[in-house]
Amino acid sequence: MTHPFRFADPRRARDLVDAIRLLAPREPVKLVHVCGTHEIAIARHGLRRLLPDTVRVLEGPGCPVCVTPAREIETAIRIAETGATVCSFGDMLRVPGYGRSLESAGASGADIRTVLSIDEAVRIAGDSAHEVVFFAVGFETTAPMTAAVALEHPPSNFSILASHKLIPPAMAALLSLPATGISGFLAPGHVSTIIGTGGYGPRLADCGVPVVVSGFEPLDILYAIALLLRQIRDGRAAIENAYPRAVNPDGNLTAQRLLANVFEPAAAEWRGIGILPESGYRFRPAFARLDARARFDVGVIPEHEEDRACRCPDVLTARAVPADCPLFGRRCTPLSPVGPCMVGAEGACAIWFRYDGERPL
Amino acid sequence: MTERITALHGAGGEVMDQLLARLILPRFGGRPSGRISLLAGDDGATLDLPRDGEIVFTTDSHVVKPIFFPGGDIGRLAACGTINDLAVMGAKPYALSLAAVIEEGFAIDDLERILDSLAAVTEEVGVSVACGDTKVMPSGDLDGIILTTSGIGVARRAISDAGMIVGDRVLITGTIGDHGMALLAARNEFHLSTRLESDVAPLWPLLAPALDLPGVVHAMKDPTRGGLAAALNEMARKSGTCIQISESAIPVRSEVLGLSELLGISPFDVANEGKAILVVDPARSQEVLDALRRHPLGLAAAEIGFVDREYPGRVVFETGVGGRRFLDMPLGDPVPRIC
Repeated sequence: MTHPFRFADPRRARDLVDAIRLLAPREPVKLVHVCGTHEIAIARHGLRRLLPDTVRVLEGPGCPVCVTPAREIETAIRIAETGATVCSFGDMLRVPGYGRSLESAGASGADIRTVLSIDEAVRIAGDSAHEVVFFAVGFETTAPMTAAVALEHPPSNFSILASHKLIPPAMAALLSLPATGISGFLAPGHVSTIIGTGGYGPRLADCGVPVVVSGFEPLDILYAIALLLRQIRDGRAAIENAYPRAVNPDGNLTAQRLLANVFEPAAAEWRGIGILPESGYRFRPAFARLDARARFDVGVIPEHEEDRACRCPDVLTARAVPADCPLFGRRCTPLSPVGPCMVGAEGACAIWFRYDGERPL
Repeated sequence: MTERITALHGAGGEVMDQLLARLILPRFGGRPSGRISLLAGDDGATLDLPRDGEIVFTTDSHVVKPIFFPGGDIGRLAACGTINDLAVMGAKPYALSLAAVIEEGFAIDDLERILDSLAAVTEEVGVSVACGDTKVMPSGDLDGIILTTSGIGVARRAISDAGMIVGDRVLITGTIGDHGMALLAARNEFHLSTRLESDVAPLWPLLAPALDLPGVVHAMKDPTRGGLAAALNEMARKSGTCIQISESAIPVRSEVLGLSELLGISPFDVANEGKAILVVDPARSQEVLDALRRHPLGLAAAEIGFVDREYPGRVVFETGVGGRRFLDMPLGDPVPRIC
């Protein structure tokens, strides 16, 4: 296949791989990205096989579906059990929570709908006499759409179970966890289009670890890796932009304004990581009527016990790769997932299984 | 006013006889399958088949949304699907059966269009429709129409999808992903407009010359549902060999690549309806390619890989930028990725 896109040019890829080999240190370095789309590109193009042995690239908490806590999935199911229609993205439906998923709740009679966007959920509400709830997951990329809908006076039977998460606090949190040993971050290009390179500053400017914003084509990722290795070689730790054709320092100011109007930062629970301060959003008081948590009484949901053998918490914090998990490809496969990382299309385990099968090449 | 199918059409009486006489016989009556043919309206038909060779028999039910899609319709698909299953077994197609289950209220004009495209394929390939059946289901019980075609063909020696040996070369007869991506684009959910068309076409005329080279084609398969990825995996798994594929050698239209990037769906995971994978003797690979390229459907034919033992039962994929990974079996229907 002759790739019509310049950013997958094989000759340039070889040049970048040569540069990476020259820049790679002798001692091992661990580079972490926080984006399922990066993991897909790395796996799909077989990029890990092009890197020197000393350079490892791992996915951290980059899958919005995977980091959505079981408690919130259970909340969505309990809302559906009151008779409301619950809409979410296809990925979200199969994630296991308290022994059940939205999908299994749907099979038991709850009205669960897959939608491609929040707009579709609003349309469903417009045509329905019942309560309709959008289970809003996603990072800074999807949150502006939720905010835009909140500002457009959606139908009175429409509400939102907002479970948006913010990337820079999660990156900072990884650095403070024990045994992560991160030498550099590949920052996600699409989140960066919203928050700008400036969006990383407050959390990561003085963290001592280089951060390079990367796009999603093979050359983008190889280039960003080369820039990270150069910073590591030179003993620098700056925030650099390897994706200037899409990302600027300030980000998307319109999207930022929408977000600031509708939401305020709040502590949020990340599955596999725990509660991180100011790493999520809650509705500002003026939008409280849209908050599904306030509209539905779902009772008290107890702590969730994860399967002890499942290493999703380590995968989500870049302390393990999927193949390190004893369940990977054995008890846990995309057809019968144990942990969330095997369900979400952006989950590291699902991606590894998809591109490399039960046993990586 | 639009004339529509009613419950009476499926009831087996005079109304159905009239419908068959009007729609089916003029299109398929001219090519009798044997002494007792479709024209006889008997309980079955006889087939005049060559005495030497192996008889190959196959069947397929066809549902598609939308029923009329860019580059074809369910009629063309139903004829090609079964003809191609025979062709990739190395069998010259002789006769088809045609069973239609139609939703009450289906427009007769649309049914005629569907039958016209089915007939165009049977005429092109020279295959008889030997027998058939029509049922009508109440409105809402199915989505429009289901066509089931069974087919009989005769092969000098039938070719399996697992007959390859280490050293063989893997060929593809043309561009990959056209049908699946054209249909994804044609469904309105994504609000896309493209000029991309399905590749649905009968493969026998393309493959026959390659099959005239005796013993050269060791294995064959058409990469329909599940696409190239599923077909290659099945071939590797069943034969216990390893198939090594080079991404840069696979012909893919730029429209298909563009859509694939946009939707996050690999062109290798979606259906093709007019392509075949051939695994051939390495010394004769160029000869087969030349034979394929002489037919309009084979202009983009290419050698995309080879067979070895590195990872038995697996497909290894060398990516465009020089990386390597396994090409895995798609798990189910591809759905677009949402970030």
